[in-house]
Amino acid sequence: MPTLETELYRGGRFVADDAVYVADGDALPANALAIVSKKRYLAERIALDARAGRLGLVLETADTLDGLEGALDRFATVVLRFARYADGRPYSLAHRLRHRLGYRGELRAAGDVLQDQIVFMLRGGFDALEIAHAGTRAALRANRIVVVPTRGSAPAAQILDAAE
Amino acid sequence: MYRYDQFDRSFVAARVAEFRDQVARRLSGELTEDQFKPLRLMNGVYLQLHAYMLRIAIPYGVLSSRQLRKLAHIGRVYDRSSGHFTTRQNLQFNWVRLADIPDILAELAEVEMHAIQTSGNCIRNVTADHFAGAAADETVDPRPYAELLRQWSSLHPEFTFLPRKFKLAVTGAAVDRAAIQVHDIGLEVKRNERGEIGFAVYVGGGQGRTPMIAKKLRDFLPERDLLAYCEAILRVYNLEGRRDNKYKARIKILVHEKGLEEIAASVEAEFAAQPVATAALGEAEIARIAAYFAPPRFAALPARSAVLEDAQTEDAALCRFVSRNVSAHKAPGYGVVTVSLKPIGGIPGDATSDQMDALADIAERWSFDELRVSHAQNIVLPHVRLDDLPQVHAALAAAGLATPNDGLVTDIIACPGLDYCALANARSIPVAQEISQRFADLDRQNAIGELKLKISGCINACGHHHVGHIGILGVDRQGEEFYQITLGGAEGADCAIGELVGPGFAADKITDAVETLVETYLKLRRDPGERFLDAYRRVGLGPFQEALYADA
Amino acid sequence: MAARKIKFDWVAATANDLKGGEAVFRRADGSWTRTVAEAELVPGGEAGAALLARAQADHAANRVVEPVLIAVDPATRRPLSLRERIRADGPTV
Ligand code: HEM
Ligand code: SF4
Repeated sequence: MPTLETELYRGGRFVADDAVYVADGDALPANALAIVSKKRYLAERIALDARAGRLGLVLETADTLDGLEGALDRFATVVLRFARYADGRPYSLAHRLRHRLGYRGELRAAGDVLQDQIVFMLRGGFDALEIAHAGTRAALRANRIVVVPTRGSAPAAQILDAAE
Repeated sequence: MYRYDQFDRSFVAARVAEFRDQVARRLSGELTEDQFKPLRLMNGVYLQLHAYMLRIAIPYGVLSSRQLRKLAHIGRVYDRSSGHFTTRQNLQFNWVRLADIPDILAELAEVEMHAIQTSGNCIRNVTADHFAGAAADETVDPRPYAELLRQWSSLHPEFTFLPRKFKLAVTGAAVDRAAIQVHDIGLEVKRNERGEIGFAVYVGGGQGRTPMIAKKLRDFLPERDLLAYCEAILRVYNLEGRRDNKYKARIKILVHEKGLEEIAASVEAEFAAQPVATAALGEAEIARIAAYFAPPRFAALPARSAVLEDAQTEDAALCRFVSRNVSAHKAPGYGVVTVSLKPIGGIPGDATSDQMDALADIAERWSFDELRVSHAQNIVLPHVRLDDLPQVHAALAAAGLATPNDGLVTDIIACPGLDYCALANARSIPVAQEISQRFADLDRQNAIGELKLKISGCINACGHHHVGHIGILGVDRQGEEFYQITLGGAEGADCAIGELVGPGFAADKITDAVETLVETYLKLRRDPGERFLDAYRRVGLGPFQEALYADA
Repeated sequence: MAARKIKFDWVAATANDLKGGEAVFRRADGSWTRTVAEAELVPGGEAGAALLARAQADHAANRVVEPVLIAVDPATRRPLSLRERIRADGPTV
């Protein structure tokens, strides 16, 4: 289980989430969305691909996408973790996942996911936010997020309802 | 000039609302300083030695009279009735209160201005040739491209948290007045033999503690690929730029460490993989933006103005002003006027609110309502009829703005230094003032000729000292202000980083040292046409070192 | 930063005001003043560390921003460094 209490925001609301982050070496849960590291996935790829349950991948801020070409259809979610919100690498990883590797599934932001950045995330191709920060969750619930429109992106009103 | 469309308006209005909310959360204590600082920086708000400082973007340096009047007004109401123009074609207010800043931003929004992305690790205000659309030597007007880049980079969701700040500059003329080779990306708009428009793309230039001259990635990038290509560069930088050390985080270090070939390969691969949607700039879009920059309706005039020439024979001050501060215009019968913000003994780049109002009036009446901010911290009236120059000169003189020193030794660039800046090691402004006073005599200045003197109060190099013909860098030596001198820097097509001449000088010796350098140059130049920089390039450091350290 | 400054003989706590940004100095009664001569002066070392802790509590309480200790001459009540004198007096130009 994630150590911090987090909630998943997707499609304009908070939704139930059965994701479990599985430490490298631990057994995968049978009936939950099992999220593994890139290192583990690449090492155990054949076994993991053959497995029946739902599988997710988590990429740390400094990870690259090397070795993941052609593997992405397998995942129910890809989680990009923001080590610090001011480290913007996950935004470019998201772009490459979407546009260079053609990933169409759920793209989830996790880690330092805060009120003042989530609009960037939703515009940058993320469609699910795993939020630990209580103030950010409260602001979303109270509809207190200011959406600054930008050219060429979805209208402001739709941003927070990013489709699944 | 460019006018906001519905989109820009709602964008800026929402941004003001957002920042008002953030300031309220900060003042109520809901946001800590650590959480708030990056947010205020994204809105151009610094905390300096004495107050908050607000940095306002003047996109590629273009201002209308209405906008300048608003800046004058903000100066009066919220600051000490003045503002400071910077080398980045921005304006800084040095004395604002945090609690007032949302109101200031709302006032700016009324005239289509803002302070977004004037700080922080994002794409900063795009700069361009301050003579754009006016200079006789221009091949292609760079402003439409600067505007396209501005729109593209405004709140780009992918590039708001880069390893470090990112600066773009665009020029379209034979003489590079935008210093493109000391920017993260420098673009030269040009035409090929078939008349098509494209860009020479330079990457990895910069000043700061590790000055570097940019390297050329493409000689002729087709016009339509501008944004897709810049985006490819930014993506490679965002993923690969160093984040372990803030002093090694600029793209210049990445280019330096990986080498041009490897960077070029990564950028080209990224560019090739760009999604179709962002791939090409449509002709219609380029035309739509270019239409905003259509030249004003110039009158058909003879190239020479009898009115002006007559007036010049009677008025020596006018004559001096015209020969020094007026440059050739592309339209016959017009001139480009540089208004120096470097009066003798003044603070380089400062203008009072009254002066801003006077400039706005002059531009409205005699320059098609347009002004520019130059990276030399001066103001430009881009389109003045030669016939009107006597009146323009008189109006400038009445406002204390007719100093005829464009490009001369007293046209000094200086950063705020220790008088304002929290990062400074030494003061810059008093040094500039003393040198300016020492060389006050205009005959002497003109005899010396073009000499670019630039002063920074610390190694961040905001005062461009690395590219000054004479560069002065303030350092701290055991609690004392000390000044190092570099020689031979240049910022145009012949871009060069200055070389350190030797040990530094105490504050009360630096003006003497500059005078020694100038006298040495005067003695060794071949003829008055050989500028300080040319002479330095011919003889090197030697004679200057001998003169400076002879008694040591 | 604090650790480096503690060795100074006499120190005062300075910061910037949250709302206005002005350079301010901490008085003995816990209020903040724009006049350095009114600041509480304590010997460096432990007393300095305690003063800094009080100033940091004011930062945490969102009254001032980024407090530090500065060295002050107890005879003239003027800061020792040029930077801090400029902060106290305003720009020299
Ligand atoms: C007063 C507050 C200011 C602060 C805190 C500040 C901070 C900095 C810093 C930290 C750098 C180094 C960045 C790097 O190398 O990575 C820098 C560079 C620079 N700044 Fe400033 N600056 C200030 C004012 C100004 C002003 C007034 C100007 C214009 C006159 C200016 C123009 C520049 C330029 C041109 C550079 C070097 C170009 C480059 O980034 O490579 N800055 N500044
Ligand atoms: S060069 Fe240094 S002292 Fe001057 S403004 Fe920049 S950071 Fe401040």
